Amino acid sequence: MTDIPAGLTRAQLHELYYWMRLTRSLEEKLVALYRQTKVIGGLFRSLGQEADAVGSAFALDRAKGDILSPLIRNLGSMLVQGATPVEVLRQYMAKADSPTRGRELNLHFNDLDRGFLGQISHLGDMVPVMCGVTMSFKIRRQPRVGMVYIGDGGMSTGAFHEGLNFAAVQRLPLVVVCENNGYAYSTPMRKQTAVQFLVEKAAAYGVAGEQADGNDVLAVYETTRRAVDRARAGGGVTLLELITFRRKGHAEHDNQSYVPTEELEAWEARDPIDRYVRRLTEQGWASPAELTDLDHRVTTEIDTAVMLCENEPLPDPASALTGVLAVPAAAELEWYRRL
Amino acid sequence: MALVTYLEAIRDGLREEMERDDRVFMIGEDIGSFGGAFKVTEGLQERFGADRVVDAPISETAIVGAAAGAAHMGLRPVCEMQFIDFLSCAYSIITNYVATARYRADLKTPMVIRGPSGGYVRGGPFHSQNPEAAYLHTPGLKIVAPATVRDAKGLIKAAIRDDDPVLYFEHKYLYRRIKEDLPDGEEILTPIGKAHVAREGTHLTIVTYSAMVHKALEAAERLSNDGISVEVIDLRTLLPIDDATIVASVKKTSRVLIVHEDTRTGGMAGELAARINEQCFEWLDAPVRRVCAHDVPLPYAPTLEDFVLPQIDDIVKAVRWMVRY
Repeated sequence: MTDIPAGLTRAQLHELYYWMRLTRSLEEKLVALYRQTKVIGGLFRSLGQEADAVGSAFALDRAKGDILSPLIRNLGSMLVQGATPVEVLRQYMAKADSPTRGRELNLHFNDLDRGFLGQISHLGDMVPVMCGVTMSFKIRRQPRVGMVYIGDGGMSTGAFHEGLNFAAVQRLPLVVVCENNGYAYSTPMRKQTAVQFLVEKAAAYGVAGEQADGNDVLAVYETTRRAVDRARAGGGVTLLELITFRRKGHAEHDNQSYVPTEELEAWEARDPIDRYVRRLTEQGWASPAELTDLDHRVTTEIDTAVMLCENEPLPDPASALTGVLAVPAAAELEWYRRL
Repeated sequence: MALVTYLEAIRDGLREEMERDDRVFMIGEDIGSFGGAFKVTEGLQERFGADRVVDAPISETAIVGAAAGAAHMGLRPVCEMQFIDFLSCAYSIITNYVATARYRADLKTPMVIRGPSGGYVRGGPFHSQNPEAAYLHTPGLKIVAPATVRDAKGLIKAAIRDDDPVLYFEHKYLYRRIKEDLPDGEEILTPIGKAHVAREGTHLTIVTYSAMVHKALEAAERLSNDGISVEVIDLRTLLPIDDATIVASVKKTSRVLIVHEDTRTGGMAGELAARINEQCFEWLDAPVRRVCAHDVPLPYAPTLEDFVLPQIDDIVKAVRWMVRY
C-alpha cells in the first residue's frame, strides 16, 4: 500500500468515492423520473464531471464556514456541502416542500449555514455576488473562504470579468473554479475564447493560476486545497482551471449531435469514477467489498429519498404571491381573480 | 437647528446610519478619500475607514453583485452609482439577481443603490437620466425619490434600515439649491411607501415626485392668484405606489395631472394613470393627463434641454386646460 496523497485519510478517500457515486446515481435516478415526467423542467447531467465537482468542494472547510456557489453541473459540490438527495429530488419535481417551495428549478437553491449559495441562470453573476460574500469575511476578519464555479462559456460574460477583477483588486479570499468541459451548450471552447487554456487569463487579472486534471479527483482536491489555503492565508484569489468533459448534452433533451463520437469515446475512457476505483483498489486504499458497501449505501439513500417525496403535493397556487418583498409580505391578488 | 442642503442631508443620513449600525458599509467609484464625484461621501472614509467606505473599480455589476452577497451575509451595503445613468450597466444583476433573491431563494438582501439622477443641469444624454421606469416593472425592488431636504435624509435612513433592496434616486439639481433647517438631535425617518401632500387644494391634483415637486408647487402658487386651488402630491416612494393617498386626493378634486421629468412613453405616469382609471373612474371630471419630458434622449444645449424638459409654464398651461375641461 502506497502513501495516501494530499494528507487525506483512508476514510476521506472513501468519502470522495461515496460523493461521486451519489452524484452519478442520483442523476441516473433523476433521468428515470424525467422519463416518467415526474421531473417537471429540464434535467442537467454532470456525467464525467463528478470528480471536479466533488474534489474541489471537498477542499473547503465546512467547520470554518466556507461557502461555495455552484453551477448546474455541480450537484457533487452541493452534496459535499450538505445538500441532501431529497432536497434535490423535491426541487426537480417542484414539490411544495422543496427548498424553494416550488419557485425555482433544479440546483438553484441555497443554505448559507451549510455553505452553498444557489446560482441564477445568468452566467457570471455569481462571481460578483461571491465577491460580496467574501468581502463580508474580510470586513469581519473571519478566516473563511469562498469558492465560485464558472465554465468555459460563462467566462465570456462581462459579469465574470467585473467580478474577478474586483476580487483581485480587493484581494478577497475567493477561489474561482473554471470547469473547462469543452462545450457551452453546442459552442466548443475555440469559439468561446482565443486562449488555449482558461488558466492563461489569471495573469491578466494579477491572480494566482492553477490547472488540474478535472477527472482525477485527488489531483482536483490537492490543487484546490492549495488555492483554498492561499485564500485563507490572505494570499488572495486563485483562478483554477479543471479540465474535464461534458459527456451528456446541455440538458437531457439535447443529444449533442455536435460532439464528435471519437471525442466522447476518448473521454469515456477517462471516466473519473472508473479511474478512481482502479486507483483505490490497485493501491489497496479500498477493498472491492468496501466499495460495494458504499454503493449499497448510495442506492438505499436515494431509494429512501424518492419514496419520501415522490408523491408529495405541488405548492398551493396562492402561495405564489408571498415573499416578493419583506414588506408588504404578499403581492396583490389581481382583480379578475376576485370576480 | 442647522441649515443643511439636500446633499448634506444625504451625507448626514449616511453618517448617522453608519454610526448607529456597524453592518452598514458603502461601495462605489471614487467615494473614498476623494469623497465622490459630487462629494456626497466626503469625510466618510476618513471617519469609518477603507473597509466601510470601499473604492471600487468602474464595474457597476460587480458593485451591485458584491453588495448583494454581503447583504446575504448580514451586512447592509449602500452602493453609489457615480451618475444614476450608469445603473443600467448593472440592470441585469439588479433585476435578475437582486430583485428575485427573496422570492426564489429566501435570501435576505437589504441593500441600497443610490446616485444622482435628473436633468436641468446641462449634463447631456448620459448624465441626466431618470431611470425609474426601467425598475418600476420589476417585482422585488423598492424605489424612492426625495424632493425635500428632510426627505433626502429621512429616506436614505429608512432605505438603509429597510429589509428589501431599495433604489434611492437623488436629484442632482437639488443637491446645493435647496436648504432646510433640520433640528439637531431629532431622528428623521421618512416612511417608505407613503406619499406626502405637499400642498392642499380642491380643484385639481398634481401627482409628482423628486425635483418636479418644486416646479409643481411654484405652478400651484401662480395658479392660486387666479383662484385655482391645486393639490400637490409628492410621491416620495415610487415603488410600492401609495394608491391610498392618490385615490383620496383624486376623489376630492376629480381632476388629476401627473408630472414627471422622465420621458412620457412607458413612464411612471402611465402606470399612475392606469391605477387612477381603475380606482377612481366615476369620480373623474376630466381625462387624466401627463406633463412629461418629450420622448427624446436628453440633449445638451440649454435651448434644447429646456425645450425637451417640462417647465413651470407647461404645468400652469396644462392645469388651466384641465380645469376648463
